[in-house]
Amino acid sequence: MAEHVLDAKGLNCPLPILKAKKALKDLPAGATLRVLATDPGSVADFQAFCRTTGNDLLESKQDGETYNFLIKRSA
Amino acid sequence: MAAGESANAKTMTIIVTKGTLDWAYPPFILATTAAAMGVDVTMFFTFYGLPLLLKKLDLQVTPLGNPAMKMPMMGMHMAMPNLVGVLPGVTGAATTMMKNLIAKKGVASIEDLREAAIESEVKMIACQMTMDLFEYKLEDMIEGPTLGGAATYMENALKSDINLYI
Repeated sequence: MAEHVLDAKGLNCPLPILKAKKALKDLPAGATLRVLATDPGSVADFQAFCRTTGNDLLESKQDGETYNFLIKRSA
Repeated sequence: MAAGESANAKTMTIIVTKGTLDWAYPPFILATTAAAMGVDVTMFFTFYGLPLLLKKLDLQVTPLGNPAMKMPMMGMHMAMPNLVGVLPGVTGAATTMMKNLIAKKGVASIEDLREAAIESEVKMIACQMTMDLFEYKLEDMIEGPTLGGAATYMENALKSDINLYI
């Protein structure tokens, strides 16, 4: 399955989370979504979002000024 | 999990009492984020929060009486003396400055957040008493909100996990 990518760079709280939620809703369970963001607050926020919603945060890393998250839709 | 999908969903209510450009943010940010996290949200718009339901928003912000409002400017933070804040045009200038900052920093507009709240099925209640008091008409409001009063709010609040007053 092709990996879905959401470019949320340049967006501030709470837009990366809102857009990720919207994108996840359209994916089947088990599919993964890669989110690119520049909001430093998104690091803590994606952890909290995934813990609360039951989705898996498979990866959370930083490439320069871009934060890169890989979320597996499990809920 | 979208709000309302689970019978076990957590619930939150927010009483929205303020309608300035700055104070419109906390309720809409929390409502949309909570809904994205599977929470059933009810917003109760009363007093100066009620105009946030008008079709056409004209939100403004004033530095008057708010010494904490310091705008970033040339690497510094600038506060506005109250004596300057009272002058005609200063509210408009402060509003323009804030809107420019909002756009530049990738912060959502209130219009966008309100749209997102409606899309994620956040329930909105317009305070009937405030409608009467300030003579607002339902046809001037966006589609979606229901009319209600304190008892309607209380029924929601009593069974809710989180109740906020903003």
